[in-house]
Amino acid sequence: MNKKQNILTVKDAGKSEIENEQERIELLLVDDESGFVDVMIKRMAKRNIHVTGALSGTEAVQILRKNDFDAAVLDLKMEDINGIEVLKIMKKMVPMMPVIMLTGHGSEDAAKEGLECGAFDYLTKPYDLETLIKTIMKAVRQRR
Amino acid sequence: MYNGEKRRSSYLMLFIKNRIGTVLIFSVMPLILVSGIILYQFKASHYEKIHAHLGTLVKKHKQNIDSFLNEKLGDIHFIAEIYSFHELGNETFLKEKLETLQQAYGPVFVDLGVVNSHGVQVAYAGPFKLGKAVYSDADWFKEAMKREYVISDVFLGLRGLPHFIVAVRKSVNGDQWVLRATIDFAAFNDLVENIRIGETGFAFILNKEGDFQTKPLMDVIPEKGPYMDLLESDTKEEVQIVEKEDELSGNNIYVSAFLKNGDWLLVYQQKASDAFSAFTKALRVSVIIIILGSIGTIALAFVRFKNMAHHMEKAEHERRLMNEQIIETGKLAVVGELAAGVAHEINNPVAIMVEEAGWIEDLLEEEEFKESENIAEFRRALKQINTQGKRCKEITQKLLSFARKTDSKIQEVQINELIEEIITLSAQRAKFSNVTIGCQLQDGLPVIQGAHTELQQVLLNLINNALDAMEKGGGTIDIKTRLNKDHIVVEIADNGPGIASANLKRIFEPFFTTKPVGKGTGLGLSICYGIMKRLGGDIEVQSVIDKGTIFRINIPLKKYIGEKQDLIM
Repeated sequence: MNKKQNILTVKDAGKSEIENEQERIELLLVDDESGFVDVMIKRMAKRNIHVTGALSGTEAVQILRKNDFDAAVLDLKMEDINGIEVLKIMKKMVPMMPVIMLTGHGSEDAAKEGLECGAFDYLTKPYDLETLIKTIMKAVRQRR
Repeated sequence: MYNGEKRRSSYLMLFIKNRIGTVLIFSVMPLILVSGIILYQFKASHYEKIHAHLGTLVKKHKQNIDSFLNEKLGDIHFIAEIYSFHELGNETFLKEKLETLQQAYGPVFVDLGVVNSHGVQVAYAGPFKLGKAVYSDADWFKEAMKREYVISDVFLGLRGLPHFIVAVRKSVNGDQWVLRATIDFAAFNDLVENIRIGETGFAFILNKEGDFQTKPLMDVIPEKGPYMDLLESDTKEEVQIVEKEDELSGNNIYVSAFLKNGDWLLVYQQKASDAFSAFTKALRVSVIIIILGSIGTIALAFVRFKNMAHHMEKAEHERRLMNEQIIETGKLAVVGELAAGVAHEINNPVAIMVEEAGWIEDLLEEEEFKESENIAEFRRALKQINTQGKRCKEITQKLLSFARKTDSKIQEVQINELIEEIITLSAQRAKFSNVTIGCQLQDGLPVIQGAHTELQQVLLNLINNALDAMEKGGGTIDIKTRLNKDHIVVEIADNGPGIASANLKRIFEPFFTTKPVGKGTGLGLSICYGIMKRLGGDIEVQSVIDKGTIFRINIPLKKYIGEKQDLIM
């Protein structure tokens, strides 16, 4: 635990260090772009983050019923249910799980609403992978 | 742009031409008409007056001359009546009588002579040595034999000098004799020569054959002019007045009266321009007045119409601009919606592309690939994909900020402070481009409700555009603020190369740019437009090629109470 924190507080921590030293993180990624989910699963895996992809809000809820996650990343703009609704359901189901929102540019209003509903933070798409990972780490660390 | 100016000026000229015609009809024509009528009336009455005056003059002189001749005839008649042929046949007695006459009338009587019925002069008194001259062939003697009294025409006679004869015939015991007297030509001539008016008026006497009986002051050719007509006319009027054009002396007025029971004609002749000089002067003055008046009226009308045309044109231009603005707003809404939709849809594929590229990068870290000889090239290509992905991101972000309400905090903004802040920000670039930025900011402007960052973006964008436009040649940017009712107006004027009118129409369209590919996205002004519309304000542009461009933004003072929705989406 201490070790991890030390590593994370070091600024500009290299990718390899994160890979090697951090505990494996279970992450739920909710995004209706399967192409995006696929590549994220692979890239995150290289960084010791195990990603489970959900292509819709409904699928995400179903997965949450069966599995525990350290954190969730939620795309607010999805076809079936409004991202905010998914967030609310998630917060009811697993209140302790931090949720990081992904929003399109210019929909900061929705992101703010999400923060009010208990989301940990939001990122504007498209984003840096490094930024996302840092935010996830921050969320996980806070939760633990 | 030049075409436009030409078209505008020709439109202006057409407008003025059309109206000038009307002005001519309604203001200059009455002037000419009234002056013409007055002149005509004046001319008629003036001519009448001159004619009457000349008529009277000639009539008076005719009477003078007639009475002169009659008087002389009377004198001779009196002598012939009271003295007998024998008494008068005595040359001494005759000389005595001549002296008496000369004492009474001056040197009018040159000589006296008594002629018998054969035409032989029996007695003579006078300065010439005429002795027993024979007059049987002389016209006057033949005449005297037929009539009792004769006043001859002027002739040279035996003495070779112009003179004329006054003769009276008497009979003694059936024998005829004639008393004749020579009248001094000079004395008679003076009588006629004294008729002088103006510069060109003179008089003379013609006999029935058109020979001069007096010496005219100026060259007169009896065959030319209306003299013969006057001589032959059998009018009952005492005085005849004729005006005639003549190639020698121009237009002349002729006044004539018969003398000596129709034997002689007294002619008074004067150039019409001289006779009617008062009228000519009046005519000249009124023509000058009409010309000056017309010029004045037309000049005034020209100036007035030019102003009017400018006003109309301005109004027309504003109306057209407004139409364009309305069309533009509609067009921009559609284009904006489309652009925002595209931007949003593109975000996801771009994100995936960038991530996939990242994934390849991750894989390249593995041992087996590190040995590859092309590894550097792979990395460069992946970096390029990343860079271009970021560029796409920037574009879509800009597009979305044009189309959508960004979440900017509404706060109180002091526009003058904001402008000063931005001038400081741009100072370095302006210096580099050799551009001076000046500002005239109205003091005490009220604060406005708006997003600081958005207004900053608008102003910065406009200043940057101006700087871009003047990058090559340098110039000035003038920023002005003023309060206009419930708006604050900010003007950003440059003296750069201006914007062609074709481009001006499309200037607020997303992706419209005149910059080279890759230099500008064509979104800057669209975003400004979107921001100003969201603020409830306005942005407009005026530009003249080679003169410069003015961007004017109107910011409402009242907080924009629009729906909290996006402008377009």
